[in-house]
Amino acid sequence: MSLSLAAGVSGLRADGGDGSCHLFGNNGCGFSHVAPSSEDFDFSNRPWFHIAGYGVTKPVLLVVLIAVAMISFFWVAFNKPKMIPSGVQNVAEVAYLFVRDRMARDSMGTKGDKYVPFLFSLFFFVWLMNVMSFVPGVQFPVSSVYAFPLALAIMVWLTYMYAGFKQHGAGYFRVLGVPSGVPLGILVILTPIELLSNILIRPFTLGIRLFANMFAGHLLIATFSAGAWYMFSVKGIVFSGASFTMAIVMTGFELFIQALQAYIFVMLTASYLAGALEEAH
Amino acid sequence: MTSATVLASEFNPIVPKGDELVIGTIAFLIIFTIFWKKLLPNIKKTLDERTDAIEGGMKRAEEAQAAAAALQEEYQRNLTEARHEAAKITQHAREQGSEIVAQLRGEGQEQRDNLVASGRAQLDADAAATRAALKGDLGTLAVQLASKIVGESLEDEARQRGTVDRFLAELEAKADAQASQSTAKAGA
Repeated sequence: MSLSLAAGVSGLRADGGDGSCHLFGNNGCGFSHVAPSSEDFDFSNRPWFHIAGYGVTKPVLLVVLIAVAMISFFWVAFNKPKMIPSGVQNVAEVAYLFVRDRMARDSMGTKGDKYVPFLFSLFFFVWLMNVMSFVPGVQFPVSSVYAFPLALAIMVWLTYMYAGFKQHGAGYFRVLGVPSGVPLGILVILTPIELLSNILIRPFTLGIRLFANMFAGHLLIATFSAGAWYMFSVKGIVFSGASFTMAIVMTGFELFIQALQAYIFVMLTASYLAGALEEAH
Repeated sequence: MTSATVLASEFNPIVPKGDELVIGTIAFLIIFTIFWKKLLPNIKKTLDERTDAIEGGMKRAEEAQAAAAALQEEYQRNLTEARHEAAKITQHAREQGSEIVAQLRGEGQEQRDNLVASGRAQLDADAAATRAALKGDLGTLAVQLASKIVGESLEDEARQRGTVDRFLAELEAKADAQASQSTAKAGA
């Protein structure tokens, strides 16, 4: 049990001759490697296989698999949709209507319908990347590799910038930098901050929010799992049990965080788009 | 141990790797393109069609309901008309019936009146004839009787007629007086 728990944690090496290596034990061994750390998120030096000289690492492979899985699922659901839905189509329709009504329309009104495919793709892509943390045997949130949230955040940035300049022309700078109803004297200070915040910082906060949540969550679960395994012995059973319980609790909590972060990512995107599309005032 | 330390110092989770950025972007763009161009238009179309179908169904139901209501109204109107007509016919029949009765009654009355009148005329005529006949017979009988009693022949026509007429007038006056007396008595 303890070994399978620790399997997802790469920094762990069992060095005891009989494969048992626990704190409070008499064998004097421990981690041969470092404890769960940011190292666990670095796959660059251990690719799973090579394609044309390119080393395919776990996160890269997962991203490709997620894309395939997502397209396959919704292809089955939406390729030949029926008037009277059944099975997968029912589920997928609920998802579609949720994104359209609760995300696009709630923030942008019906002119948000144009952006439903973008928001829909984002939401399920992000959520699937997050939920990989929970999938047995995978147990790694792909979105905790910063490049992926950043890639999405850059695309969000391009999208709302494009929408804003298309809607307002150069006046979009005004929308971004000049909040309505602020006195001129304050604008002198506020406008540079607003421009900096809305143009430069936004894509990074958007990406880092998602990345950091997933990163921290995974590290927490890894730490508790390692602790449960490390302290597993007759003397340490209470500590090990507590740590194991926490690993389970945190896994459940992460399941919630995964969906929540995907939702927040897309809601923020929708609100940036709503800001870009709002009428000039 | 040294390699791990070196790795730890080299790896920075906040620095994105170029290949991962590119692969992530491509993966998302493929997903987005398929959803944008193919899958979501499909489901949007189906949802719109479904909405249309539901709204169409509701519209059809409304129409059917309206038609039913119109039909009911028509039936009601026909029924009311029929009732009116029936009442009218009954009324008419009743009026006609009473008219006929009145007419018959009038005719009967007339016939009776006629009958009574003709009967009375006949009676008057008979009475007059009888009275005339009796007047002649009575004169003759009285003259014969008187001649027998008195023995004197009163064959002279002129004298005979004057005597008889005078006697009859006296008799009539007496009868009239008696009749008026009895009428007065009856009136009292």
